[in-house]
Amino acid sequence: MEILGLLGDGMALSLQPLNILLIMVGVTLGLFIGAMPGLGSVNGVAILLPVTFLVPPGSAIIFLAAIYYGAMYGGAISSITLGIPGASTAVATTFDGRPLALKGRASLALVTAAIASFIGGTVANILFTMFAPLLASVALSFGPPEIFALMLLAFATFVGLGGDDIPKTIFSICIGLVFAAVGFDQISGAPRLVFFDISGFLHGINFLVLAIGVYGIGEMLWTLDTTRGKITSTETKMSVKGIVDDSKEGMKRGWKGTTIGSFLGFFVGILPAAGATPGSLMSYGVAKMVAKNPKEFGQGHPGGVAAPEAANNSASTGAMLPMLTLGIPGSPTTAILLGGMVIWGLTPGPRLFVDQSEFVWGLIGSFYVSNFFALVINLAFIPLFIWMLRMPFTILAPLIFVLSVVGGFAATRDMHDVWLMLGFGLGAFFLRKFDYPLAPAVLAIVLGPIAEPTLRQSLLLSSGDPMIFLNRPIAGPITIIAIILILLPVLNWARGKMRKTAT
Amino acid sequence: MRLGEIVTAGILALFSIYLMVESAKLDVGYISGEGPGGGAWPFWLSAIMLVCTGFIAFNWYRKTSPPSRSEDPVLDEFGVKNLILVGGGLLGFIALIDVISMYGAMALFLIYYVRFLGRHSWWLTLALAIGLPIAFFFFFEGLMRITMPKGLDFTEPFYNVLYDIIY
Repeated sequence: MEILGLLGDGMALSLQPLNILLIMVGVTLGLFIGAMPGLGSVNGVAILLPVTFLVPPGSAIIFLAAIYYGAMYGGAISSITLGIPGASTAVATTFDGRPLALKGRASLALVTAAIASFIGGTVANILFTMFAPLLASVALSFGPPEIFALMLLAFATFVGLGGDDIPKTIFSICIGLVFAAVGFDQISGAPRLVFFDISGFLHGINFLVLAIGVYGIGEMLWTLDTTRGKITSTETKMSVKGIVDDSKEGMKRGWKGTTIGSFLGFFVGILPAAGATPGSLMSYGVAKMVAKNPKEFGQGHPGGVAAPEAANNSASTGAMLPMLTLGIPGSPTTAILLGGMVIWGLTPGPRLFVDQSEFVWGLIGSFYVSNFFALVINLAFIPLFIWMLRMPFTILAPLIFVLSVVGGFAATRDMHDVWLMLGFGLGAFFLRKFDYPLAPAVLAIVLGPIAEPTLRQSLLLSSGDPMIFLNRPIAGPITIIAIILILLPVLNWARGKMRKTAT
Repeated sequence: MRLGEIVTAGILALFSIYLMVESAKLDVGYISGEGPGGGAWPFWLSAIMLVCTGFIAFNWYRKTSPPSRSEDPVLDEFGVKNLILVGGGLLGFIALIDVISMYGAMALFLIYYVRFLGRHSWWLTLALAIGLPIAFFFFFEGLMRITMPKGLDFTEPFYNVLYDIIY
């Protein structure tokens, strides 16, 4: 009851005219920053941090949280309409969002994304309000072996349930992980895999360079080739009834994904160093795993849009939890928010809820309000995004290429990466011709920087004994599920063989 | 496609070996007290990649994958032309960035694509080729404070005018 009272006070604070205005401006800005390939919530929050020194700290963090929320919604827009992930958190949204848009169902995908995001955000807010301190302590009990087991599970879902050629899927995962290892060895600090001694490789391969190369350039070349340049993805017309119908369909076919994304995303978001990107990718994998017909995923299933979108919103709230309660940021964006709080004279940590309760509850209240406004503003902009899709392909295609090149540069500010992106795009075009799935490579380059250090730390803890992943209470079951999933294709193959010999 | 599939697998196998050699420049085994060496993770992953290309070749031999059964060429006449015109345009766009700046290269690429590949009117072409780079300039340089490459020195007077508007 006490919590409800505090939350009520917090909401009243966030509903003050100045704060409402900041939320609306923040959400709209975030929506566009998130939709721009190469820029994500982290850029928006970092750049606008100084602006917030003009208003009181409570309003400032509400503004930044609104940008964060808006960007989570916005990432889905370019994933769906252009096929380029707007931010790392929206990579998984392209898997089904893009096929839906190509089928002329972009509005279904966009509406599903908006509603799933809203539900994910709301579930996360409720969980946050009720269990903040308790969950923070559970998340802290996740050590390197547990986090590595989770990463293994994410890869295993692709192998076991991908439905693609297994050796090609495993190849794709491994190449993504190796690309993630380029640059400096995180533990010894030695330069590693600096191809042909080109200095551009020293800073590693940013996942966006691979993602934009594959989805922006490779995908466009492939689409132009397969459709003979006569692509039609035009939406017939947009109406209020159409949006209502799409909402119903999106909810009906996407509820399972939304539920999975909301809860799994929140929990992965809480884990230090994990955050919204792995949360959305894992939710996609799990939603596919439990779907009645997993083969429909990747062909344009609303569940495949709902799961990652619910998850990235849920995770972004989840990532705030360790930041506020323990002072440990769960994602790069929350790290910047943490920096902002320190500048404003607030000390995140266990005492924050006691010493600055008005601030904390104002922020939590603003999550609810921001989430609502993000939904409304996003739905209002959907006709604009659909209109973009109606452009002739000979205008849309060069726009996508321009956005890819600009986004590839903006991500790292290095021309080396723009060239690399073109190389990845051409490589992806040919690999796709030979049925190599490329989504696992993008997943792997995102998760690689988490998977490698956790594996090495675990093996160091156990003096090289891999049993550490099996005999710990949380890591054990996760690892076993992952191993079963990896072996699933072999088991299916053996079963098929036995049936054949029986008949 | 059948020939293409095995050639691709061969190139990827060579690439995997190259990655293994590069990774082996750091320690690939377990170092007592330090855990796995810096090269271990990429080395063993590249080894798995090499094994995968072996399986891909085996499936090609058994003709189980769709490309290994296909008689179609990897790229037909349209495909080659498309790749040269679009891929070449992109190559030119990126190559020109360091010469005539990101925004200048963008404008030329849009003219090339919209007018010559898309065959749209000059009005539409110029509206896009002039409007879009200007919009991008104010978004990136003004709002997001991200500086894009400005090319060689001769573009400077032009950008000085635009910067005067922002600052």
